Amino acid sequence: MKSAEGARTVRRLEPAVILAVMGRELANFRTFWKSTAFTSTFEPIVYLLAFGLGLGSTLVADVDGIDYVQFVGTGLVATAVVFSSALPAMFGTFVKERFQRTYDAILAAPVDVEELVTAEMLWIGLRSAIFGCFPLIVTMFFGLEPEPTMLLVPIFAFVTALAFSAFGITMAASVSKIDQFNYVTTLVITPLFLVAGTFFPIDQLPQGFQIAAQFNPLYQLVQLVRDACFGLEPVDALRFLGLLILAFVLWRIAIRRMTRRLII
Amino acid sequence: MPAIELHNLKKSFGPINAVDGLDLVVEEGVCLGLLGPNGAGKSTTMKMLTGQAIPDAGEIRVLGYKLPREAKQARAEMGVVPQLDNLDIDVTVEENLAVFARLYRVDDVPAAVERALEIARLTDRRKEAVDRLSGGMRRRLLLARGLVHEPRLLLLDEPTVGLDPQIRTELWTLIDGLRSRGTTILMSTHYIEEAERLADEVAVVADGRVIARATPKELIAEHAGEKTAEVYGPPDRLHEVRSAAEDAGLRVRSAGPAIAIVGAEMAGPGLVPHDAIHRAGSLEDVFVMLTGEEAE
Ligand SMILES: Nc1ncnc2c1ncn2[C@@H]1O[C@H](COP(=O)(O)OP(=O)(O)OP(=O)(O)O)[C@@H](O)[C@H]1O
Ligand SMILES: [Mg+2]
Repeated sequence: MKSAEGARTVRRLEPAVILAVMGRELANFRTFWKSTAFTSTFEPIVYLLAFGLGLGSTLVADVDGIDYVQFVGTGLVATAVVFSSALPAMFGTFVKERFQRTYDAILAAPVDVEELVTAEMLWIGLRSAIFGCFPLIVTMFFGLEPEPTMLLVPIFAFVTALAFSAFGITMAASVSKIDQFNYVTTLVITPLFLVAGTFFPIDQLPQGFQIAAQFNPLYQLVQLVRDACFGLEPVDALRFLGLLILAFVLWRIAIRRMTRRLII
Repeated sequence: MPAIELHNLKKSFGPINAVDGLDLVVEEGVCLGLLGPNGAGKSTTMKMLTGQAIPDAGEIRVLGYKLPREAKQARAEMGVVPQLDNLDIDVTVEENLAVFARLYRVDDVPAAVERALEIARLTDRRKEAVDRLSGGMRRRLLLARGLVHEPRLLLLDEPTVGLDPQIRTELWTLIDGLRSRGTTILMSTHYIEEAERLADEVAVVADGRVIARATPKELIAEHAGEKTAEVYGPPDRLHEVRSAAEDAGLRVRSAGPAIAIVGAEMAGPGLVPHDAIHRAGSLEDVFVMLTGEEAE
């Protein structure tokens, strides 16, 4: 009989341990940050040029009074967040678990699965919080006015990235082969990304989609970011609370799945 | 207090009983070799000692901690060197060590890194990424990483498996150094020579159980004998010699192309051919007699 209780330790979630695991990520990140930073800057520029300027100058001028380039630019924060959290969490976790046996090494030290998963999530969350700001900064060159409330964007990005990293870790702990991630990207990530209101407003879609969008964390993030740029609304508190709850629940699920995978 | 106490330990994977009623006590300061064929349950036992595998039944005490509940405390005081290399290959030698010094929450991380670099004899390669190191250097680094917090107990899972003889000898010297400094070591291996050279005591494991446990000398005296006679020749002749010896109550095993008559000093006249090669009884004889497996 396997018992989750068995792996439990006396003191849980020790900050020093979590920091040490994040330190390992940092040491590795230093060897490849340039390519990641390059992609994170370049991608929003490409999207902005293609959609914002392409569509914006020919088909749509503005959405609800927001200049289309800025509409897309603010929406791209969510894109940056999901692609810098869910995907690295999925692939990174799988590679570290299966091919590099990194988790075997870490769990032989006084670290438990709860701390390991938490540290990995926090690390990805921090990274995404930073990468999530890049599209916003790029959009400023296209006329987006800086606002003090924009300082909330990294926080929104962070919490959403926590949820998606927990999702990615859970997937990594559930698949047996790395190609199975194709299903996850095609069936989950891409649809979420497409109906998040990044490139077009959701309220022009059929009602079913509009309701579904309310359950899309990316849509909520897109709304939060736009409101942080163009004016916050009371409902945003609810959106943020929703993301927090989602991140918490997925965090606990990720720990459970990883415990099952790592503690035999 | 013993460093390790395992009592009636059991762990199965589906139909496979990987560990099946294993009893083992390792006193402090001892280097114990866990000698067993492939699939005997050595790695699974090691995993249970760190809390990375949860036993189905049985008791585990490591350094006074009761596992799996207190596995984290136990892990803080032991070092683990895995069977398979799991270093961070893109990261430098010293960063690999520093990361683990922090995971173990060593007080003085730079000093711990220096010490580990010296153990691995990699001080001059400290700034290099691990994937630039030779296989032997990587192996030394892996061992040094397990020692970064100066553990009281070291678990070595097949420390030299798959290495060429020169690197193996190098690592043996390193491990022997630790042993003489009093670190308790539990080392699994299926290399007879490794157990012979390094282990104060050997526990022979087969089918998830300890089937014999003593010093190499005692094991040889009890399960082999003073002399072993190896006989080479065509299969027909070996068959004849074997039958005759076995009929006379002697124990015979195959040894690659040859057969070995174990306990040959007891043989009556004519049973051991004149061209047989006589040598002292060995741990290899013990291993093969006990496990029925050809030794490596
Ligand atoms: N995670 C696992 N899932 C299923 N079976 C496993 C698992 N780990 C080990 N086993 C099985 O348990 C048995 C014991 O394996 P273990 O790795 O403990 O042997 P070992 O003595 O270390 O062998 P080796 O010398 O080859 O390393 C084997 O039959 C192995 O296939
Ligand atoms: Mg093994």
